[in-house]
Order: sequence, then structure tokens, then C-alpha cells
Amino acid sequence: MKTYLMDNLNTGANSLRKLGQNFCCNGVFILLCLSLLGCVKKEAGSVSIQTKGSDTEVNLVQRLSEVFMKKNPDVSIAVTGGGSGTGIAALINKQTDIANSSRAMKDEEIRQAKDNGVEPVAIIFATDGLALITNQSLPVESLTLEKVAKIFKGEINNWKEIGGLDLQISLYGRQSNSGTYVFFRAAVVKGDYSQKMKMMNGTAQIVEAVKQDRAGIGYVGIGYVVDDQGKVISGINVLKITKAVDSPPVSPLNPENVKTGLYPISRPLYQYTNGIPRGKIKEFIQFELSPEGQNIISLEGYYPVTLEHMEANRRLGIIK
Amino acid sequence: MNFKKIREKGVYLFFFLTGISVVVLLTGIFLMLFFNGLKTFRDVRFIDFFFGTIWNPSAYGEPSYGILSMVVSTFMVTLGAMLIAIPLGIGTAAYIADIASPKIRETLKPIIEILAGIPSVAIGFLGIVLLGPLVARTFGLSSGLNALNGSILLAVMSLPTIISVSEDAIRAVPRDYKEASYALGASRWTTLVRVTLPAAFSGIVASVMLGIGRAIGETMTVLMATGNAIAMPHGFFDSVRTITATIAIELGEVPYGTAHYYALFAIGAVLFLMSFGVNLVAELVTAKYREGKV
Repeated sequence: MKTYLMDNLNTGANSLRKLGQNFCCNGVFILLCLSLLGCVKKEAGSVSIQTKGSDTEVNLVQRLSEVFMKKNPDVSIAVTGGGSGTGIAALINKQTDIANSSRAMKDEEIRQAKDNGVEPVAIIFATDGLALITNQSLPVESLTLEKVAKIFKGEINNWKEIGGLDLQISLYGRQSNSGTYVFFRAAVVKGDYSQKMKMMNGTAQIVEAVKQDRAGIGYVGIGYVVDDQGKVISGINVLKITKAVDSPPVSPLNPENVKTGLYPISRPLYQYTNGIPRGKIKEFIQFELSPEGQNIISLEGYYPVTLEHMEANRRLGIIK
Repeated sequence: MNFKKIREKGVYLFFFLTGISVVVLLTGIFLMLFFNGLKTFRDVRFIDFFFGTIWNPSAYGEPSYGILSMVVSTFMVTLGAMLIAIPLGIGTAAYIADIASPKIRETLKPIIEILAGIPSVAIGFLGIVLLGPLVARTFGLSSGLNALNGSILLAVMSLPTIISVSEDAIRAVPRDYKEASYALGASRWTTLVRVTLPAAFSGIVASVMLGIGRAIGETMTVLMATGNAIAMPHGFFDSVRTITATIAIELGEVPYGTAHYYALFAIGAVLFLMSFGVNLVAELVTAKYREGKV
């Protein structure tokens, strides 16, 4: 629901902004007339940037753009969600400046973009740890990666098989237009999801459902389960994950674990632009990658860009 | 004189065009759905499409395009909604039209209209945070995101349609019918059930059909409140995934021109035929009833 409200609010803000744009255009016209008359000389016009896509990223990008807009009053950034696939489709159709995506673009999508005269460039601006969440009342603290995969494939269907109560497991996941859905399937499940998995319409809905369901388990971006102080929201338990049978269980709540790769389920968060970004879009991305931007990312419960990915950004020539 | 004739012709042509525009639109939409949908069968076998139970076009392994569980889901939620909404709706309509005092009627009618104005997203949200948990607690389930939850919400959404159309139909029954019934010594209840409601039958059927149309085509609420699991449902406590929800989830990200893309048009055409069937039945029923009446 959070993302829904965000979407609606953002769309509302969008149309307001468009109104503003029209107004500004008129304003520019009037100013032009006035300056032709030789009376007024003033800088006018504002830049508007559209970003669209991943529901995992929507709150984060919103926060980053708020801070950026405060520093650059002449820039307005509209952030909408809808899922990574939706954002990428919008980039291909030239309906957005930046596509937020929690997965890399597929070859098919890149081909389509090129056919359409769009040259997608990938920027990695943050790292996300995927948390596995269960209801607080469930007495399971940690799981091995292998067990997680079996649970989501439907091969383990009762909590008692893994040391819990005698309860049918209810699975919560995202819908197929979600980058998280695709990533989790490729990186953890490595097979088809169980047909019984409920497909929720956004990350916030998974959190809401698991809160209500004592037998529920779901995968969500870590930013959705911690509050401003970095504490887990009430009603939810974040599972520790064990990579192999003999390694210790690791919690994603400690940022070090994700940064060093000790916590096994993490992924880069992308922003795609059409061609190497220029102008204000470039400035915005530079801000995201700056120490200040990366600090905001940490405060929101996500993790900074790894050194390797930062190097990739540097090679694009966006940052020094 | 001549000018008047031309104007007459012009007016006639104008109204003729507006009259057939709906037919043109409808045919256009159907042909588009049908011809795009037909291309599905270049890659998918006819039998797998209609009788396969697994819909998973973006599968990890082999994609599958079976729509049976989706069709069953759509039928189930609609049926459940109507089981709740029809008695409740007709009862309310009869009360408002025939029994309530003018003051109560004038209060109830606008309230029902407000109910019709609640956005489906809001109703879906209520389904997640309020009704879903309630359903889960009442029936001892772990999760309330199932067909029953969706049915109740859809019933709420189709109630305003059913109530207002049936109420008009009941009020349109001539006074003479009722007075004749009273004159024969029938009680108020008998008159309502044996005279007024049967006389308003065709209008009531129309209202129910409109209600079914509302329920079958509703997207957002079921998308949010029924869990969307792709497995074939075995009862009202199972999660379901309707045709509308599938189209809404997948159409935004499907690569253009693939089998998956065309398959979405094909299920759109199936949905179209389903609601067309509902309307056809409604027409036949009301026509037959009118015939028998005269």
C-alpha cells in the first residue's frame, strides 16, 4: 500500500509539475517578450526528470531526489514505481529519463531498446540485501539457503519439517513484473516457484501479509523492514541465513555482512538512462554516488555501492 | 424547403452514426482481441491453452500457457460475489422501493451511491488489512487472501448497481397490481413476493447481470485481495488468480510480439466472450419472461 500511495501521490505531483511546466513555459514566453522590450533579464525555466520502475527503489530514489531538489531548486524529479519491468518498458518507449531497476536488463529488452533508438546505460547506485521475513510468532530463527529454495519451490510445505510448529507454510512473493521476483528465483530458488505462492502487488503488501499470517514467509528488500533507527518493524522477524550447512547463520541487519558478501542474498540496484547521462540527470546520479548520497542510502536501510560496482560507474565517465 | 430537407437528412445521418458507433467500437475491440489472440496458437497448442491448468509464461524452465485455473478462479469469485450480493441487493431494493418511509429512502439512496464511488484500490486495501485477517480468524486459516475474501469485496462493489437498478424496476411496477392484490386480501409480504417482485423480474435480472459484469471485470480489488497464486483453486479458502489480475500484472512488462504477448490478448478475448455470454443469457431470460407475461 505504501508504494500505492507513493505512486498515486507521485502521479499527482507529476500532473501538478506538468501544470507548473506549462505555467513556466508561459512564464518564459512572457519573460522573453519583456526582455525583448529591453526591460527585464532573468534566468528562467526548470528541468524536470522522470524516474520510473522498481518498487524496491521507489522510496529510496524519492528520498535521494528530495535532498537533491532542495539543493537544486530549479530541478524537479518525479519518482514512480510499478516494478522494474515497467520502468524498463518506459525507458524503451522513451517515457522516462531514468528507469529504476532491481535487475539487469535482459538481452531481449536491450535489443528492443536499440531498435527503438534508445541506448541503455547501466548505473549501479546502491546495493540491496534481500531479507527473508516471517511472522514474529514463528519460532524459526535461521535457515540454510538450500532450505529456503526448497520452501519456495514447494518441496517443504510444513514448518514442522524444519523445526517449527505443525503449520502449512504460506509463501508470499512478488509478481512476475518485479525485478525482485526474477532475482530471487535466479539467485536462490533456482527453479520455478511453487504454484501456491501468493503473488503480492508490491513489497509493502508482502510485509503487511506476513505480519498477519503466522505461517507466512516472504522475501523483501531490507529497506522495507527497518525503520528510521535501523530497527526491525514490529510483528516481523528477519531470518538469519546460512550459506552452507557448516557455516554460521548471518543476519542482513548488520551492514558489514552485506558489504563483505557474508550475507548471501544481495544484489546491485540499477538505474538505466538513455545514453551516458548529461546535464541535470548526470548531476543527480553524481549526487547519488557522492558520499552524501551513499550516506542517505545507508540511512534508508540499503547498502552503499560495492567498490567493484563503483569502478564500473567510474569507467562510464560519470564520476571521477 | 430544400434546405429543410437537407437538414433533416443531416440530422438523421448524425443520429444514425451515433447509434451505430457503439456497434463499431464493440466489433473493433473484439476483432483486435480475437486476431491478436489467434496468433498465440502459432506457438501454443489449442488444447494446452484451454485445458492446461498452469499459467506461467515467464517460467524458470519451460513456459506454460494453460488458462483453465484462471477461468475457474474468475467464475468462482464472481459466483461467490453473486451468492452474497443478489439476496442482499434485492432485499435492500425491495425495502427501499416498497417498504421504507420516504425519509428513510431519501437517506439510504445517497449512501448507496457513495458506496459506488469508493475506488477499487481502497476496497482492495481494506481486503488486505481488515477483511482478509477477519476471514482468516473466523475460519481458522493462516491467511485470508483467498477467493472468499475476493467474493465478499466484489459483492460490496456490485451491490450499488444491483440495488439501484432493481429499485427502479420495483418502483416501476404499476400501483394497480399491488392494489388489486391487497383488494383480494393478500398481506403486504405476499404482495411483495408474489406480485411486485415477479412483475419487476426483467429489471431485477438486468440488475443482476450488470452486477455480474461489474464483478467479472473488476481488476484492482481481486489483484490485491486474493493472493494471485497460480495453482488451481480447490475451494473458497484457496488463493485465486483471475483473468483480469493476470492481464493487469503481465501486460505492463511483456515483450512485444511474443507468444506471451498474444496469449494475453487471447485471455482478454476469453474474458470478453464470458461477459458476452452473461449478457446474452440475460437478454434471452428477460425476453422469454416478457413473452410468457403477455
